[in-house]
Amino acid sequence: MPTGSFVSIRNVSLIYGQGEDSILAVQDLSLDIEKGEFVAVVGPSGCGKSSLMKLVTGLVRATSGEIYVGEERVLDPIRGVGMAFQNPTLMPWRTTLANIMLPFEIVDPHKRLIGRDRARYVAQAEQLLATVGLRQFGGKFPWELSGGMQQRANLCRAVIHQPELLMLDEPFGALDAFTREELWGVMQKVWIEKRFTGVLVTHDLREAAFLADRVFVISQRPGRVIHEARIDIPRPRTLQTTFEPRFVDIVHGLRERISQELTV
Amino acid sequence: MTNARRLQIAIPWLVGVGLFAVWELACRVFEIPPFVLPRPSAVFATMYDYRGPLLEHSLHTLFTTIIGFVLAVAGGTAIGLAVGASSFIYVGLYPVLIAFNSIPKVALVPVIVIWFGIGTIPAIITACSIAFFPIAVNIATGLATIEPEMRDVLRSLGANRWEILTKVGLPRSAPYLFASLKIAITLSFIGSVISETVASNVGIGYLMLSASSRFEVPLVFAGLLIVGAMGIAMYAICVVFERRMTRWAFRSQDLIS
Repeated sequence: MPTGSFVSIRNVSLIYGQGEDSILAVQDLSLDIEKGEFVAVVGPSGCGKSSLMKLVTGLVRATSGEIYVGEERVLDPIRGVGMAFQNPTLMPWRTTLANIMLPFEIVDPHKRLIGRDRARYVAQAEQLLATVGLRQFGGKFPWELSGGMQQRANLCRAVIHQPELLMLDEPFGALDAFTREELWGVMQKVWIEKRFTGVLVTHDLREAAFLADRVFVISQRPGRVIHEARIDIPRPRTLQTTFEPRFVDIVHGLRERISQELTV
Repeated sequence: MTNARRLQIAIPWLVGVGLFAVWELACRVFEIPPFVLPRPSAVFATMYDYRGPLLEHSLHTLFTTIIGFVLAVAGGTAIGLAVGASSFIYVGLYPVLIAFNSIPKVALVPVIVIWFGIGTIPAIITACSIAFFPIAVNIATGLATIEPEMRDVLRSLGANRWEILTKVGLPRSAPYLFASLKIAITLSFIGSVISETVASNVGIGYLMLSASSRFEVPLVFAGLLIVGAMGIAMYAICVVFERRMTRWAFRSQDLIS
């Protein structure tokens, strides 16, 4: 039964493997995400955060329970989702511009239109590159870019086809602190412009609090939602925001909740 | 051009000339009879004397080798894609492929002769059968080592198997393909010359066999040198193609040179 939320996860469990080697990765997990909302999922490592990503996008089938995206029940990989991982996974044989145009070649209706209207699509891609500060770099190959620039390009590829749902699996995890905080701003800017539904999986609590409308804390394996925090800080949030007492309080609250989980 | 770069270009030639010099000197010093090991000078003189037949037969060998090689590229790519794309085909076909590859191809030639008669066709088939295996294995490896995240990105965009193959699989395995072509072209020469030696009345292998039966050992060596030279030339062509088509895979070397 759809519940009116854009993403609805109902009592989902996931078991990897079979027999004695099987691992209960997620147990009885329920959460709802509204359309246009940006949520973050945090928790200790190995709590099944990444499994959650694969469940929602249909890359992995739930062992029990139901997942709905839009009005549809997710049983197979759903189409047209934007995804970005910690590893940028850009294709080294394509230029940066060609890389971020990849979704246009695969997602309907773009893939039928791109042959006729290539110039318009290229312009759109170049404009997006400019938004994230890569104006001059479309013609470069990914391996000619720094790690932070590659991750910017990766974000571009994830959002260029205007997906309704964007899944981010620790996209800033491998970057240095300065680049990471800078990209939070870039991410927020893109989200404010496009207002897609975003799901960010991360272990960085400040990152979660900076970007999300709501933060879900997941327990140790098997993963369940044990805490939910609403971040009522107006946007656009800046790095300055992260030093304000209410922001710091929120982060402390989240950290405390996770420490309790670890000591149990 | 730097001195180091100049030296890098000159060294293969210097080594080649040096080898011939040592060979020539050894033959003269130890007075090795020409029917055991002819001096390179005698070999080159024979090469000049027999330039007509040598050219004709070596061109024929080159022709059969290239046809066999092209067939091996087509067949090896097809098998490699099938094996790399489906674990069922991999499990089913791999033992057969390994068994086939373990058979010495010279043992196949008599069978092929029974089916097709002697001459060009057995040479092409032998060249192809010996060269397809590294191509198939390398393509399969390229497909099997695609990053799972890259596959996930494409699947979540809604890509079907064909799109994943053409957008990721083929470009991803291209460097593996071109690396295997260099091995495959030299193997093709082995295949065609073996077949010509066993069952043919044309080609450089046939020429060498008939020369040795007449004890014209310098002519045999002339044939060997020509096969080696053709191998180097075809290998170099493959390298040029490799650099052109998969520049992205050689980025570290680009930074040095």
